[in-house]
Amino acid sequence: MSTIGAGYDLSASQFSPDGRVFQVEYAQKAVENSGTVIGLRGKDCIVLAVEKLVTSKLYEAGSNRRIFNVDRHIGMAVSGLISDARQIVETARAECANYRSQYGTNIPLKYLNDRVSMFMHAYTLYSAVRPFGCSVILAAYEADGPQMYMIDPSGVSYGYLGCAVGKAKQSAKTEIEKLNLKDMTSDQLVKEAAKIIYQVHDELKDKEFELELSWVGKNTKGVHERVSDAVYQEAERSAKLAMEDDSDSETEDM
Amino acid sequence: MAMMMNGRSAMSKFDLASPYIPSYDPTVPWQAEHRTGTTIMAVEFDGGVVIGADSRSTTGVYIANRVTDKLTKITDNIYCCRSGSSADTQAIADVVRYHIGMHRMELGEEPRVEVAATLFQDMCYNYRDSLTAGIILAGWDPYKGGQVYTIPLGGMMLRQQITIGGSGSTYVYGYVDKHFKPGMTKDECMKFVLNAVTLAMLRDGSSGGCVRLGVITKEGTVKHCVLGNELPQFFMG
Repeated sequence: MSTIGAGYDLSASQFSPDGRVFQVEYAQKAVENSGTVIGLRGKDCIVLAVEKLVTSKLYEAGSNRRIFNVDRHIGMAVSGLISDARQIVETARAECANYRSQYGTNIPLKYLNDRVSMFMHAYTLYSAVRPFGCSVILAAYEADGPQMYMIDPSGVSYGYLGCAVGKAKQSAKTEIEKLNLKDMTSDQLVKEAAKIIYQVHDELKDKEFELELSWVGKNTKGVHERVSDAVYQEAERSAKLAMEDDSDSETEDM
Repeated sequence: MAMMMNGRSAMSKFDLASPYIPSYDPTVPWQAEHRTGTTIMAVEFDGGVVIGADSRSTTGVYIANRVTDKLTKITDNIYCCRSGSSADTQAIADVVRYHIGMHRMELGEEPRVEVAATLFQDMCYNYRDSLTAGIILAGWDPYKGGQVYTIPLGGMMLRQQITIGGSGSTYVYGYVDKHFKPGMTKDECMKFVLNAVTLAMLRDGSSGGCVRLGVITKEGTVKHCVLGNELPQFFMG
């Protein structure tokens, strides 16, 4: 305690003498312990992919999903504490519904992002609350093309072409940077996203994981949905195949 | 002075025993509510809308203003045409302008015409029992281009390619049905609106004055005024 926060980490409402808010940084650490989540923005589609770590074989398959629909046209993928994330999903859903009832149209993603960011930021200001231990990725396909934002526990957000968050965000980002995202179609994006999740998964530390895939784009007519079983299985198959090819070439090198 | 008003004798005003409360009496013509007994109109064309209105505001039979501007700005590219009570429609337009102005700042872009129409509908519907307001909302946005929405008395909202409103409109439904053709150019639309509003003004006692026109496109809004002596001539038998 005397070394890390020196007493300045007890409240989200207090700065340390060198201008940091430790509680927020700890919240960001919570996100870094979570399974990797990536978002890829292609030509006319966005794909969200999640490495959902399964801590017990006794869990039912498909439980505790990390990709949500906050509106018909908006997808949200979350990384970090799932229970914190569900609260963000709930407020985002309320924002979408309120916007539609007040203004009669779909909420623009930019506007939703501002609102959700403000909500998360509010939890970094008061001593009675703690920041959210999660980052969220928002995605939608709008009139002027695909849009994607990521919000971190401090409430800061950016628009992205490709983003990664969670345990293996560094290696995932390196993989994403190799892609020519702007020209990629929805099918290419799904395969690449599945491949990256399989690639960055650490078999030694985390044994089991479940891949989650969703997309929103021209191909889905602007509706955010989980990819169909056929697409999912094909993406998973090609990801596993790519992994085998990689390990083969590694042994050859040796 | 034996005239009865609301079952109460007019004489009672001068009865010293009861306190005289000065108030306006809506049954006296010149004390009635100001109305925009009106002709208003809006037409969509490829790339924008043309809006039009007469310029008469009446208080009973008295013309309170003969150069009224019933084409009221909401944003640079959204205008409303007001008919009904001047006070009601001005108040609604003020509220919506404020609301959409705030929304524009939060959004960081020009709001959709559809959104402004929804805000008008919201007010007109929720306060339908206390309002007399028939509004046409028209404008341009990059999503759906030129749009016209009509919000009549009960607070319904409907997008139409062309719509007419106000007391004068009843006289020109036939003219409009006959002469409106989908896909007219901007100039054709302007001519059409000018003719229809002029014809309505000639037949409707509470429409008149000059014709105000507005053209809303991607580039913004251009307003025109056609004075009474410059209006097109029609058979006046």
